[in-house]
Amino acid sequence: MREITYRQALNEALAEEIARDPNVFLMGEEVAEYNGAYKVSQGLLDRFGPTRIIDTPISENGFAGLGIGAAMVGLRPIVEFMTFSFSLVAFDQIVNNAPNMLTMSGGQFNVPITFRGPNGPAHQLGATHSHATECLYANVPGLKICTPATPRDAKGLLKAAVRDNNPVLVLECELFYSHKGMVEDEDVDLLIPLGEAELKQEGSDVTIICYAQTVPIALAAAENLAKENINAEVIDLRSIKPLDWPAVFKSVAKTHRVVIAEQDRPWCGIGSEIAYRIQQEIFDELDAPIQRVSQEDVPMPYNEALEQAVLPSAAKIVAAVKKIC
Amino acid sequence: MSQPEQRDEVEMLATMLLIRRFEERASQQYQAQKIGGFCHLYIGQEAVVTGAVAATRPDDYLITAYRDHAHALARGTSADACMAELFGKATGCSKGLGGSMHYFDKEHHMYGGHAIVGAHVPLATGMAFAAKYRKEDRVTLCFFGDGAINQGGFHEALNLAGLFKLPVIFICENNFFAMGTSVKRSTSLEQIVDRARGYDMPSGIIDGMSFRDVRDGLSHLIASIRKEPHPAFVEMRTYRYRGHSMSDPASYRTKEELEKFRLEDPITRLRAQLTREGKLTNEQFDKMDKKAKDAAMSSVKFAEKSPEPPLDELYGYTYAPNGEESPAAGTRATKPSEKGRGSSTREKKRTGANISPNGKQA
Ligand SMILES: Cc1ncc(C[n+]2csc(CCOP(=O)(O)OP(=O)(O)O)c2C)c(N)n1
Ligand SMILES: [Mg+2]
Repeated sequence: MREITYRQALNEALAEEIARDPNVFLMGEEVAEYNGAYKVSQGLLDRFGPTRIIDTPISENGFAGLGIGAAMVGLRPIVEFMTFSFSLVAFDQIVNNAPNMLTMSGGQFNVPITFRGPNGPAHQLGATHSHATECLYANVPGLKICTPATPRDAKGLLKAAVRDNNPVLVLECELFYSHKGMVEDEDVDLLIPLGEAELKQEGSDVTIICYAQTVPIALAAAENLAKENINAEVIDLRSIKPLDWPAVFKSVAKTHRVVIAEQDRPWCGIGSEIAYRIQQEIFDELDAPIQRVSQEDVPMPYNEALEQAVLPSAAKIVAAVKKIC
Repeated sequence: MSQPEQRDEVEMLATMLLIRRFEERASQQYQAQKIGGFCHLYIGQEAVVTGAVAATRPDDYLITAYRDHAHALARGTSADACMAELFGKATGCSKGLGGSMHYFDKEHHMYGGHAIVGAHVPLATGMAFAAKYRKEDRVTLCFFGDGAINQGGFHEALNLAGLFKLPVIFICENNFFAMGTSVKRSTSLEQIVDRARGYDMPSGIIDGMSFRDVRDGLSHLIASIRKEPHPAFVEMRTYRYRGHSMSDPASYRTKEELEKFRLEDPITRLRAQLTREGKLTNEQFDKMDKKAKDAAMSSVKFAEKSPEPPLDELYGYTYAPNGEESPAAGTRATKPSEKGRGSSTREKKRTGANISPNGKQA
């Protein structure tokens, strides 16, 4: 194990998969000569050359579709969106073409493509540049979605996504690229299966379910709660689809209280689905109403204080826990 | 000028007849309510796809919009599989899951059947990208209507193809209407072909009612593309005799206009050429036509007696399975369980027993 950044972890995952499989290539805006808008693809053009690392014009609908067409005939493209806010311009390709092809063709054409890039609000970027897109895409059958929150998960999930035979969205955290964490040495082929949550911290009084940007704030909330003798169990979902229901149910059966901390907006949200499934499957395990902490249901304001008011926070999670503990 | 790759003309005339007779039957079956959803007939436009197929190799990639019956038939998909797809049967070319607008046939390199106008044009650039990436000399043929050329995806795809020099021919089947909207009312240019100028690729207008013009025009481009990959754009001037879809009486156009094009009917025209040149007798033609009619008729019988897709096909294709090397979970979507319904007791059981054991999609 060694300590590397989230950015470096993604870079290693890209390099390893491109080196391993000649069908894998990276395409997107500024990925090659500029070394990536967030420097995730640093050095890859020098190492792999312009046939494998491909700059595109600002043309998300076009190059997302190009990737899907290439995947239909056997390549395994990695398509980078400068941020997932810009993937909305390619929404039709991601929603209508990639995940429908296998069913529409009666099983003849699967689409092994990875769409990746930063997702979720960053800092004061305003309404157009602050979208968390997981709720939008989670609604679509045929897509898989993962949301790595640590360098280790970023590397392992991205590598698993590239090897998956389906369209996978790797929703990275724009604010985490410089975060450091322990990751297996480079000689380890680190693969983290899609659909496996991680128990971040054991506890007995309440389960805090989190993912992506809400992972560090959930852990901070748990630390504060511990000072008041409330032992929170923290689960990082890591994948939104498929979702690790057994891990969720197991923890709830132990703590009987749940707070869901979401990066996205509340309406038809990830937490709505999780809360519904918990009450449907293990209603009798619940001792209190399920609480949710998410963004406010408003377009993201620019002003710093107002933006903070929209976002989930450790304090909001603590308050939600205290309502039921 | 005949190229070595070109297919036999009499054989291609037989294909045009098969397409025509197949669709006449399909139309009849639609009216008899044996076919659901939307159904768009290609009758009148047959020379475009048969001419194109005559100019290409079977392993060249082909992709089109929703008016796609002819494209599959021309490529070699059986009339049986095509009719069964319209009937929604398990024996259909997309196993009854695609329908009229979503024909697919991997074996014959037919990559769909795409029903969002313009959305498949970027896919075609991707297929051409893959061919170039693997250093293959395959050409991708991308068919679309005049209605597609005002979509953003179309422009993005042409720009990418021009920029990356991809081996793809964009074939606009200009039948002068997108539903009820004429090209005059949809497009800023006098001539559709001028769209290509913005993307630096060779382009031309071809008489889409003439099999030989289509074939030879494309042969010429294909020979050049196989030597050194590049895109091209062709506007095929053609006409659909029927309405946009089965429910459209096409009252937005005149009888005279339709008659003018009918006089140029692609089947009649190629037949006359071949007869004049002594390559086809009337008896031969009649025999071919009868064969096409029989194939269409028996495709209906085949579709009728084919099984419906089993209900669990519903969950079979949402996700592709992953091979040994892949660590990914949840490869096959499973049915939501009936379990967990109506938990009537408020008593706390807390055994964990009703936690779904495999639970991925409890
Ligand atoms: C994005 C989108 N908008 C609208 C439609 C509805 N629609 C289906 S076909 C069609 C007309 C298309 O005409 P054209 O491209 O000329 O093809 P043709 O029907 O003449 O073969 C329209 C508007 C659609 N399928 N997709
Ligand atoms: Mg048209």
